Amino acid sequence: MIARYSIRVTSLAYLVVILVAPVTLIFWRAFEHGWHPFWAAISSPFAVFALKLTLEIALVAVPLNTIFGVLCALAIVRHRIPGMGFVNAIVDLPMALSPVVVGLSLYLLYGRDGWFGGWLSDHGVKVLFAYPSMLLATTFVSLPFVVREVVPVLREIGTEQEEAAATLGSPAFTTFRRITLPAIRWAVAYGVVLTMARSLGEFGAVAMVGGNIAGQTQTLTLYVQASYDNGTQTGAYAASVLLAALAILTLGLMTMVKPREEAHGDRGA
Amino acid sequence: MAIEARNVTKRFGDFVALEDVSVEVASGSLTALLGPSGSGKSTLLRVIAGLETPDAGEVFISGSEATALAPQKRGVGFVFQHYAPFKHMTVWENVAFGLKIRHRPKAEVRARVDQLLELVQLAGLGRRYPAQLSGGQRQRMALARALAPEPEVLLLDEPFGALDARVRKELRSWLLRLHDEMHVTTIFVTHDQEEALELSDSIVVMNKGRVEQTAPPRELYDEPANAFVMSFVGPVNRLGDAWVRPHDVELGHEPNGSTQEAQVERIVRLGFETRIELVRDDGERLHAQLTRDEADELELQPGDIVYVRTRRETTFIT
Repeated sequence: MIARYSIRVTSLAYLVVILVAPVTLIFWRAFEHGWHPFWAAISSPFAVFALKLTLEIALVAVPLNTIFGVLCALAIVRHRIPGMGFVNAIVDLPMALSPVVVGLSLYLLYGRDGWFGGWLSDHGVKVLFAYPSMLLATTFVSLPFVVREVVPVLREIGTEQEEAAATLGSPAFTTFRRITLPAIRWAVAYGVVLTMARSLGEFGAVAMVGGNIAGQTQTLTLYVQASYDNGTQTGAYAASVLLAALAILTLGLMTMVKPREEAHGDRGA
Repeated sequence: MAIEARNVTKRFGDFVALEDVSVEVASGSLTALLGPSGSGKSTLLRVIAGLETPDAGEVFISGSEATALAPQKRGVGFVFQHYAPFKHMTVWENVAFGLKIRHRPKAEVRARVDQLLELVQLAGLGRRYPAQLSGGQRQRMALARALAPEPEVLLLDEPFGALDARVRKELRSWLLRLHDEMHVTTIFVTHDQEEALELSDSIVVMNKGRVEQTAPPRELYDEPANAFVMSFVGPVNRLGDAWVRPHDVELGHEPNGSTQEAQVERIVRLGFETRIELVRDDGERLHAQLTRDEADELELQPGDIVYVRTRRETTFIT
């Protein structure tokens, strides 16, 4: 009894100290002086721009990583292509690598003296200190999540259902759409949530390749830092609340559709 | 011939799953692929379905070559050992799948699925999910799903393997009735010789990737081609170079010319049948299968000395 209670109390206390208190504090600070200062802060042109840019990056990076994540997972699990073990290993690289290194590597590729940089700038394409490099950096850091969620589920469901569909006359793509995809959809959904969260929250790599120019290459995370450094704390708190709200929204969307699944009880073998 | 495999060879790395296997299956028949695990019987079934590509040899379905044909185009129904239900679909949707992807008219799909669910005794369970069915029900659902697109050939991989003994017996006789009604050429894989003997018109005995013998059940039992078939199909005693079925062993209390002395070691009563386990004076062990009445008449006790005569012995030249 005592052991069970102490486990509960310890884990709850840990959550409160590490997770709940800091986030609550941000919300409290943001609304400390009521709704008006909050609204004024987030409706300032730079804040609105930062929100828009953040969403523009996330809404491209997430679909890209979802599509390629599922394809990658299929390639790793279903097709015994030589070299797929290597692919499987390097997919995790963005998780281990510091975003600053990512930023630096993009400099090396797209900087004026970089591999592609010279050619691209000759043709009038600006990658560094602009949207393309920020998108590349965000896509890079949020790449592993869909793959990592989908691979084990694909392994677990095996190939029998797909083979059964084939013997019933189902073409490969129909089998993917009607058999494989429904079986991995929760893994994909969870991967999307994590990818989204990572994309919204990216700071280091985006700061490096974008240059953190207000109204041009400043995302929400960068805006939070800039506002705090400028002494406009309300702006920083308000933008933080916005980031937290976006994260909660993504999580909420997933849990909203999830319970229907469990009612079928179709998880086990 | 509905199905023909000619000189099929299939390797998985160093393991030879099938070696120069040739099998012919008559149209409308019920054929068993019988063998111990690892004998290649499931691989052969998968090669016929197009789920494995043979390294050498050809497959013919209804007279035309199908070796390189995709499984989708073979007109083959396949029931997997663990049924491979589409877990996110209801029973009804599972059965309808093969029809819907062919874009059959809705009314036709509905009529056919309802009819099939009736046939496999699952009418009324159409709205359940596979997870809510028993093993036997799941198996029948898989069967209905495979039959829906009206395949020319039905392939069953260990169809009763995952079921308990009683459900197995029920499903066996049910499958026989179904086959009589549908007349679809059926091949099933089994490691259970009793199942093969009971259900099939023809049995292909496989061992270590090769076909040992193909014959109707009775011929297989009475005239096995070799020692492997003799020992795998039906119970057997080995006495030196000779093989004797337990029901060909006669016991008596008096010696008589050709009889040999043996001691009763154990008496096992299995309902109608009684199995007497014996040790001969030369140390060889054997068992005799008697009816209960025969055994009662002899009034045997463990430790008794009896005289053994064999009605029929088979020897193979190796």
